Amino acid sequence: MNILVCISKAPDTTSKIAFTNNSTQFDENGVQYIVNPYDEWYALVRALELKESIGGNVTIITVGTTTDESIIRKALAIGADEAVRIDADPKDAYFVAMQISSYAKAKGFDIVLTGKETINYNGSQVGGMIAEAMDLPFVSLATKLDVNGTKLTLEREIVGGVQVVEVQTPAVISCAKGMAEQRIPNMRGIMAARTKPLTVIPAEAVADLSSYVSYSIPNAKSSVKMIDPSNMDELVELLHNEAKVI
Amino acid sequence: MVLVYINSTTGLSKAALETVTYGKKLGGDVTVITNGSASNEQLAQLGEYGATKVVVDRSVDGEDPQQLARLVAAVADQVAASTVIFSHDIYGKAVAPRLSVRMNAGLVAGAIAIPEADGTIKVNVFSGKAVGYVKVASEKRIISLLPNSIQPEKTGSACSVEETSGLAGTSAINVLETKKPEGSIPLPEAELVVSAGRGLKGPENWGMIEELATALGAATACSRPVADIGWRPHHEHVGQTGVAIRPNLYIAVGISGAIQHLAGVNGSKVIVVVNTDKEAPFFKAADYGVVGDAFEVIPRLVEAVKRFKATQH
Repeated sequence: MNILVCISKAPDTTSKIAFTNNSTQFDENGVQYIVNPYDEWYALVRALELKESIGGNVTIITVGTTTDESIIRKALAIGADEAVRIDADPKDAYFVAMQISSYAKAKGFDIVLTGKETINYNGSQVGGMIAEAMDLPFVSLATKLDVNGTKLTLEREIVGGVQVVEVQTPAVISCAKGMAEQRIPNMRGIMAARTKPLTVIPAEAVADLSSYVSYSIPNAKSSVKMIDPSNMDELVELLHNEAKVI
Repeated sequence: MVLVYINSTTGLSKAALETVTYGKKLGGDVTVITNGSASNEQLAQLGEYGATKVVVDRSVDGEDPQQLARLVAAVADQVAASTVIFSHDIYGKAVAPRLSVRMNAGLVAGAIAIPEADGTIKVNVFSGKAVGYVKVASEKRIISLLPNSIQPEKTGSACSVEETSGLAGTSAINVLETKKPEGSIPLPEAELVVSAGRGLKGPENWGMIEELATALGAATACSRPVADIGWRPHHEHVGQTGVAIRPNLYIAVGISGAIQHLAGVNGSKVIVVVNTDKEAPFFKAADYGVVGDAFEVIPRLVEAVKRFKATQH
């Protein structure tokens, strides 16, 4: 089983979110980048589990600059066999998806995995775009993935429940919580990661379809109004007359 | 021309009415494309929310996003749509990206408002900690609207419904089983949500949370640790790794308010926090706070809500 796992960098979940350059750019000052948790904990770890049980090869791919090599080494330390970096500073999901699909088409993979979304842009776009560009089936928000020959059995989230579905390889899957458990790289993995192959390839010319022109931080809540725990009628009254939500 | 995709397999959801209302607000004619088994009478009601006509393909079950992308793209061509709108739910997340590539149209994922005067569209980014303004460079655009971002508005009367078929190709996804609890309000669509965490001490204590939810007509939710230890089902878990919601009212009981939990709920219009610990970080994100024991406060709140509801009839 030949698996491609798409990874993206994301600011650590505890990062302070601020913008610079007249609110047009994310302020990276003091921000620690990590592998986007959905890509790492669910997509990558499940790919490794499948490799361990049925054999195969796990390649990770990211579209990014040299500064992203630390997240690539982290993914290799967790256990991926090799890595590909498409050398560009991506502007939108479409650009990323076009680069990855172009590489994946040429190489031929049985499964392409992504996380369900990144924790910075939350778009949930790249997986579906790769699937369309490769003309492959797409199962989104999968919480379970099992392989039987060329048949994949998955559980996926649906509105208010879950569904069990089957699809043939090759296919593109976006991974959500439940797929696997986080793995912490051990010292041997970290050492091995240093010598695993990392291929850097130039990006293809692709026009962006969208861009972020600016950002803002929502106003913080004005201070909380404390209610006497013995007076819940007051809370109900405030929710009705002041907040107007009931 | 605006084209709106809705899923109507289980009738007209609030999310569907929101997307049609959104389409209407963009100006011009609004065509709705849908699949599934909703009756013509039901679909015609979409006219009240601004649809000019509804096109339905009853042969498509909606389980394969590739089929839906083919269907929506074909109808977008037929009606010369320049904007296609989805709800940013499981369908929007699976179909809209495919359609973006198929139509070479920029995708604005997770829009929370109608376009600004300069044409940019506001979206939630950084798990709700910030908003971004997205500009689409292509001639056509696709917008997926975050549920509960705008309210459905009735502005017109019933519209015509046309049937179509043969545009979607075959499905590559074979559904073996669907597990869905009956009767509950889907969390992303709920306007009122009552949520509880580890402060409740055990699954046997959820009775009062459900009672409060029933009294309010709210959906129930929970924090991550509670879903992880199996006190509550995973689909109730709200937060960064669970479901992100933006109800009108979010009542959090016995949840401390870790940053990852806040990321899933900070789009809520009003937040009420009940916690024994007055230092709980959640109070900083709350509009109303109650420092007290949930086992005393919640039954009292249930009675207060019931008294209030009785005066409303």
